[in-house]
Formats: sequence, C-alpha cells, structure tokens
Amino acid sequence: MGREGVGRNADLRTARGGGLADTAFMTSGTASFTEFLAEYNPEYLPGRRVAALGAPAGGAMPVEVPHGTTIVALTFPGGVLMAGDRRATAGSMIAQRDIEKVFPADEYTAVGIAGAAGLAVEMVKLYQVELEHYEKIEGVELSLDGKANRLATMIRGNLAMAMQGLAVVPLFAGYDLEDGEGRIFSYDPIGGQYEERGFHSVGSGSVFARGALKKLYRADLDPVGAATVAIQALYDAADDDSATGGPDLTRKIYPVIAVVTEEGYRRLPEDEVSELVHAIVDARMRLPDGPQAPLH
Amino acid sequence: MTTPFYVSPEQLMRDRADYVRKGISRSLSVVVLNYDGGILFVAQNRSRVLHKISELYDRIGFAAAGRYDEFERLRQAGVRLADTRGYLYDRRDVAALGLANAYAQTLGTIFSEQGGKPYEVELVIAQVGDRADQDQIYRITYDGSVTDEHGFVVMGGNASTVSSALESTYSEGAPLAETLRAAMDALGRDNGEQHPVAPAMLEVAVLDRSRKQDRKFRRLVGSALTRLLEDGAAPEEASADADEADDRPGARDGASGAAADGSEQTDLLADIDEVLGEDEGGAEGADGGDEDRDSD
Repeated sequence: MGREGVGRNADLRTARGGGLADTAFMTSGTASFTEFLAEYNPEYLPGRRVAALGAPAGGAMPVEVPHGTTIVALTFPGGVLMAGDRRATAGSMIAQRDIEKVFPADEYTAVGIAGAAGLAVEMVKLYQVELEHYEKIEGVELSLDGKANRLATMIRGNLAMAMQGLAVVPLFAGYDLEDGEGRIFSYDPIGGQYEERGFHSVGSGSVFARGALKKLYRADLDPVGAATVAIQALYDAADDDSATGGPDLTRKIYPVIAVVTEEGYRRLPEDEVSELVHAIVDARMRLPDGPQAPLH
Repeated sequence: MTTPFYVSPEQLMRDRADYVRKGISRSLSVVVLNYDGGILFVAQNRSRVLHKISELYDRIGFAAAGRYDEFERLRQAGVRLADTRGYLYDRRDVAALGLANAYAQTLGTIFSEQGGKPYEVELVIAQVGDRADQDQIYRITYDGSVTDEHGFVVMGGNASTVSSALESTYSEGAPLAETLRAAMDALGRDNGEQHPVAPAMLEVAVLDRSRKQDRKFRRLVGSALTRLLEDGAAPEEASADADEADDRPGARDGASGAAADGSEQTDLLADIDEVLGEDEGGAEGADGGDEDRDSD
C-alpha cells in the first residue's frame, strides 16, 4: 500500500489546521474568498469590530485613527495612471508621513485608498486575495467590470463602520484587456459605484486636486505627461488641504505613482518620480500657483 | 440461518487499494521534473480546459492523476487553505510541506473510512525555491502516504514504464527544453511501445524561479510551447509575457479552436460529461467515468 511512503497520516480528522476533509475548505462551493472566509470564520473579515468600538450605531468613533488623504487617477491612450500623496493624519496630527496608499490589486489593476487607513489597507489586502482566489478557483480572470463590482460589494460590507466615521473610499483603475484602454471607477462610502471619464480624485484634498486635473488634463497625454499632471494636482491639493502631504524634498518622500498598461501594473521607480518632482518644484519657485491655463 | 461474511481488515484494505490503483492506472500519465530554472509539469491531457496541473500559491504548484472531480475538489480545498494562511499570516508563510501534510491527512482519512469510496487520485505538490537545492517535490498517494521526491516523479497511467524510460534520459539541472523533451519521450511510452505525444495532447506548466512577479506559476501554451518544442530555445521573459497573453481565456479559446480537431472536441465533451455525471458518487460514478480514461 504505502509503497515508498515515509509516513502515513491516517484518521486525523482535525477540523482546523490539519486535514481538509469535512471542513469548509472541502465543502465550500464559492469562488469568492470573502464569502469563504465568512463561512470559515467571520471574525477574520475586516469591519467586524463594530461592537467592540463602543459607539452606538450611527455615532462617531471615540478614538482618533489615521486617515489617508488624496488619490488622483487619469487615463492616457493605452493605459491609466494613479498617484497618491504620502500623508496619514489622525485629527490634526500627522500620523505617518510616508504611508503608501496606491496598491496593485492584481496584474492589471490599481487601487488607491482614502479614509480610515488601517481598515482600508486591510480591505485592499483582502481584495487582492479575492481577485487571485477567483482566478485560481475558476481558472479565468474576472473582467474589469467584475473586479470593480467586487470592490463595491466589499465597501457595502463595511457600511456599519462607515456610519461610525470609519469610511473607506477607494479609487479603482485598471487596464481593460477586452477594450484595450484604461478605465477609472470611483465609490461612495456606502458602496455606490461610478465610472469616471478621463480623470478623478478622492480624499480630503480631492476638491483642489480635481480643479487642477480639470485644467491640466488632455486626452493625448503620454505616461510621463500623465505623471506630471498627477504630481501637479497633488501639489495643489497639498497647497490648500492640510491633511494632504506635498513632496518632501528634504526626506526624499515623493508621491507613489502607478501606471497600468497592456504590460501590467508598474510602479514608477523613485529616481524617475524624483526627477519629475524636482522639475515641478523648480517651476513653482517662479510660479507658486503652478502652470497657467490659457483663457480661451 | 446464514452467518454473516467475515472480511479481514487486511483483505478489506487490499481490496480498496486494488480498486484505487486500477482507477488511477486508467488515467493518463503526469510527470513533474526539476530543471535548471525551476520545476516543470507535463501531463497528457485530452482537454484544454479541465486542467491536471494548476497553481496553488506563489511558489507552489499542484499536479494530479486520476478522477477529475476528486482531485479538482482537493485542488480547490488547497487553494482555499493556501489563500487563508497567506491572508492570516503572510504570503511567505505558505509552504508546500504544510499543504502536502493537509492533503495526506485528508486522503488518509478518506481511504480508511468505512462506507465511503476512496479517492482515485495521486497528487504532487511542488515548491520552487530561490536556489535549486531549495526546490521541494512531494508526492501524496491515495492512502495518504507522503514521499519527498528529488529529480522527477511520474503518476498515473503506466507510471513504472514512464519512470524507467525517464531514468535513462533525465539529467538533473538540464535546461527547460531538454527536460521537456525527456518528459515527452517518456510519456510516449505510456502505452507500451514508443509513439510520440501530439503537442495538442500536452498540458505544460512551469514554476519559473526567474520570474519577477511573486507568482511563479506559468502555463506554456500556444506559440510559446511550439517554439520550445521546435528549436529548444528557452523562452525569455519577454516572450513569457506574451505567453500570458495566450493564457487569457479569449486567447486560449482561439488557440484551442485552431488546434482542435473533431476528436478532441468529442473528448472534451466526454470529459465534461464525466464531471457532470459524477456526483452520484460510489462505484457507479466510477464505472461511468472509466471509458473516458482509457488510454487509446
């Protein structure tokens, strides 16, 4: 029987950690990792801490937690670019000055987060597994619309936390392999999903960033041009919003910039971003309000 | 008055083992081999969509011989276990040994359990390391025995014939093309006399140590496989990206459409029938699947 077997492990019916027989691992029929985790142990899901927080439903949270701030995204022919500043704030305090808020969700998508940072990072981590899990179980990738819808479902699951001030507002961008173009999706705190044309921004500095994007965006940008527009927009957001961090030249902390094209997700290397940032800051020495758009 | 038949436990286990071994030997062979850049999986497979080889996690691959529904259920359980561990701990904490043990315990339990039908499957769990000496290949048989293998493993079909053919041609640390050739020649002996395996009947994948992404698993399909078989040139990373394009569902359909002849289509339908017809479980389901697995 056990030909050249070195050991036989029979009759170990441990429910968790050991064998798989008769556990949720074997019996679950879902291709969604989130649904599986809820079946296996719902305590592992993000956003299941409402009771522990002590605030009545709908009330504000009794503790200050770090919040992420501004994310911008814009499309260019053949792809999409997403950038985020590096600041997290807890009330008026800067909680972290080099936080990263733009992540690859899978090979062809990027997700940027604004809102309660800890919760958002946890949600992104779950979302990354969700996409990979589906691909492995089903043998095919989700469509870009399918991925965007999955993210909306996860935000809806966080509704109770959102009502207590722990909203997570992501921005989602990806390269659509079927259409061959970059697309951007935005969300509201209760899970509403909207497709955006051209450019969008989320977070506390988004109002100022969007104004800058509107004046600087054009449909024929190349990736470097798009990166420049994104840095300009973040600069303007940091200029007028105290929760958004500008480029920190002394500490060499620059925005995270991700480009998604047919070749997949790519984060621009530090030296490329540094070069762009320095050029922009130099120009702002002469024109502090940034480039001026023509009147007509 | 009749006395109930007494069957000794030895006899019972022998009968079950014979039953399972017969079932597994009716499937087509699968080979898992070390090559200089990682681990190579080669299977004879009539279907292009019902995989015998798959990705479990970043560095871990799965190969199986035997009944499709049974190993597919085990594969999905493994993906769930790996993704859960990676989510709760860290991606680096998911290891082939843990998965191999979980599979061993599961198969051991199922095999020795009275009443149920033992699984007619044999599995290989392989993990690629940073260096060749860190590669791990575990073989798990139907009764839950685990062996730690080096070099190559053959499962299913006429495993001993294929294995002895490989013994003379396989050399450790050989390049990919050469290793693939050795595997194909050996698989050609599966039916007794030597006759070449048609590329359309091959399912090939690698765990590629040099791949830059975290996920090292890559299917070799379409033009990349043809190129590898023809000129024996190792695929570069650039062409590897193109392979992934081939791996996408749309492209894969195109490739199979081009290569598929009528008989392959029929086999594919037979495979699907087998999958659909099997939830009846027990011996009936097994009999129903038998002719599909007969090698021609």
